Amino acid sequence: MHAGLHHYLFVSFMLFGLGLLGVIMRRNLLVIYMSLELMLNAANLVLVSFSRFNNKLDGQVLVFFIITVAAAEVAVGLALIVALYRKRQSAHVEDLTSMKL
Amino acid sequence: MILFLPLLSAAVITLFTLRSKTISSLISIGAVVTGFVMTLLFINANGFQFSGETSTNWLSIGGLQIDFGLKLDALSMMMLLVVTGVGGAIHIYSFGYMHDDRSMARFFAFMSLFTFSMLGIVLANNFLMMFIFWELVGVSSYLLIGFWFEKPSAGDAAKKAFITNRLGDFGFLFGILMVWGLLGSLSFSTLQTTLAANPVLLGASATLAGLLIFCGAMGKSAQFPLHVWLPDAMEGPTPVSALIHAATMVAAGVYMLCRTLFLFNAESLHVISCIGGFTALLAALMAVQQNDIKRIIAYSTLSQLGYMVMTVGLNGPTAAMFHLTTHAFFKALLFLAAGSVIIGMHHEQDIWQMGNLRKKMPVTFLTFTIGTLALCGVPPFSGFYSKDAILAQALEQHNYILFSIGVFVAALTTFYTFRLFFVVFMGKEKSKAASHAHESSLVMTLPLIALAVFSFAGGFIGITNNYGSQFAAAHEQLSVAQQALEPLHNIFPMLCGLGAVAVGFFLAYSLYNNATTDPLPEKLGWLSRAMKNRFYFDELYEATFIRAHDFLAAVADWIDRWILEGAIIGAIRGGTDLSGRALRLAQTGNLQTYAFLFVLGVALLLYFVLGK
Repeated sequence: MHAGLHHYLFVSFMLFGLGLLGVIMRRNLLVIYMSLELMLNAANLVLVSFSRFNNKLDGQVLVFFIITVAAAEVAVGLALIVALYRKRQSAHVEDLTSMKL
Repeated sequence: MILFLPLLSAAVITLFTLRSKTISSLISIGAVVTGFVMTLLFINANGFQFSGETSTNWLSIGGLQIDFGLKLDALSMMMLLVVTGVGGAIHIYSFGYMHDDRSMARFFAFMSLFTFSMLGIVLANNFLMMFIFWELVGVSSYLLIGFWFEKPSAGDAAKKAFITNRLGDFGFLFGILMVWGLLGSLSFSTLQTTLAANPVLLGASATLAGLLIFCGAMGKSAQFPLHVWLPDAMEGPTPVSALIHAATMVAAGVYMLCRTLFLFNAESLHVISCIGGFTALLAALMAVQQNDIKRIIAYSTLSQLGYMVMTVGLNGPTAAMFHLTTHAFFKALLFLAAGSVIIGMHHEQDIWQMGNLRKKMPVTFLTFTIGTLALCGVPPFSGFYSKDAILAQALEQHNYILFSIGVFVAALTTFYTFRLFFVVFMGKEKSKAASHAHESSLVMTLPLIALAVFSFAGGFIGITNNYGSQFAAAHEQLSVAQQALEPLHNIFPMLCGLGAVAVGFFLAYSLYNNATTDPLPEKLGWLSRAMKNRFYFDELYEATFIRAHDFLAAVADWIDRWILEGAIIGAIRGGTDLSGRALRLAQTGNLQTYAFLFVLGVALLLYFVLGK
């Protein structure tokens, strides 16, 4: 079977939905972070597939940039989580409510 | 140029030379004396009949056009001479009087500021400019009266003077606004021509406008019922009393009335003359039972100002300005001589502590005598001529009540002045200080002598000629001899005036020559007590106006505290507080709740954007 545009879009929609579900439901910060990456890559997939089916390279170039920046962002995010864990001895979102009055 | 020299000196002293007494005072004296010399030169070159105006546009708002303009004519030139001449003498005198004072430089800065604002009033060519300088005079007199602000009484007196003046100025401002509203201009000359062309323009409100403008004069010239500030203002240094309360500031009201005489109609003039006459009588009565040397002279100033205002009201601006000028000479002289006595007595002001000072202070004694004679109106001193002009004016207007008040006040004036004279200079020493009194230095006695010369000769050196040319179209110029004999033309008021002087003198002589205590309280009983307590005006005002004011203030305070702050501000604050508390519940602090709400929001947005 030949894979059409809507297949790709469906996959990326599923990926995005799973990521969102993970962000909202899961308790562990690391898992939430991974789900967040999932959502990001779903968006990347959409970009690439549109670029492929429209015969334009712009989207793919953009994705390269996104991946590069995302790598840097992951490093920063993980560093923050590690720092937080060191301070609080926990990576669960229920414990992180010190902003509440 | 004459106008701005004192301002320049005030600025220079304040900014640079506050530390050096001598330099500051020399700058200040120099400014006034230069002004005097320049006025003299100008008059020499142009004569008194010169009349000119110069103005530059200052600001224009809508139809209101305000010029910063100067007006020179016979009236303002004579006043220029008085302000700079008498002012100059007082400045020189202050150099001696204030010599031991720490803040002499500050004193001279204030004096220069005052001279500047007074010259501004004299030279102003429109109402607004006059009002600005009017207020400046108020401020600088406040500063000068409260010069010894360490004394609470001086501070109170300064405040009292300022507030009482403000009351009058309030009316003045209303009057100015009314004139502008009705006539559309503030310039004196424009107003005069408009009114001359169309006398009914002011219409029904003419009386009201006139009286409102008179309110200003009432404050500055200390007329009843706003007279209470002047005696208290004696807390200031004596040269200030001489400058402000004899020669210039209190004269501003009378000057303003004469300047704007064309605005007043018969009814308002009548009210003005009655108030003037009443003030003259009241103040003369109060003066009879005062014991402070400066207060006696202050009440006498009040009474003489009453004379002038009365004369303006009797439509006799020439006589009023004549008396104003001679009064400036002899009253400044009296004040300065009193100051010399006070210095000689080491700041003792009670006349019953003095006595026999004629031997200790001969120059002061002599000049004081001349001042006294001039004030009482003994011929041929200047006061005789001006007082005679006033009485003649009253008679000419067939106002016999005011004429008799005038004569009676003349008798009272002689009485209290000679009471002062006998008690202070004659008789025996009544205290140790009196026997150790000493004559003042030359820098103080020289201005005294200069003023004494003018007090003597002021009656026939042509003052009436100059004023007459301002107010009467056809005024004949009189020679010196004619002026000296002028009172003989109208013999009845002269005889009445002289009779009054004689009566007053003999009463004073019989009561106070060689007296060691005041015999009047026993003879007059309650009347004397009332006089001494100034007819309880201060107490009356205390009980009525000040109480009412306090009550109003309390009501305002209550409204502010309970209605504004309690109800309105409280409600707003409470409402904000409550809604804040409610909204806080929405902030769970849980990251995932936020994420969920965020997604929900995006979904809603997408639904609205795409779903339709």
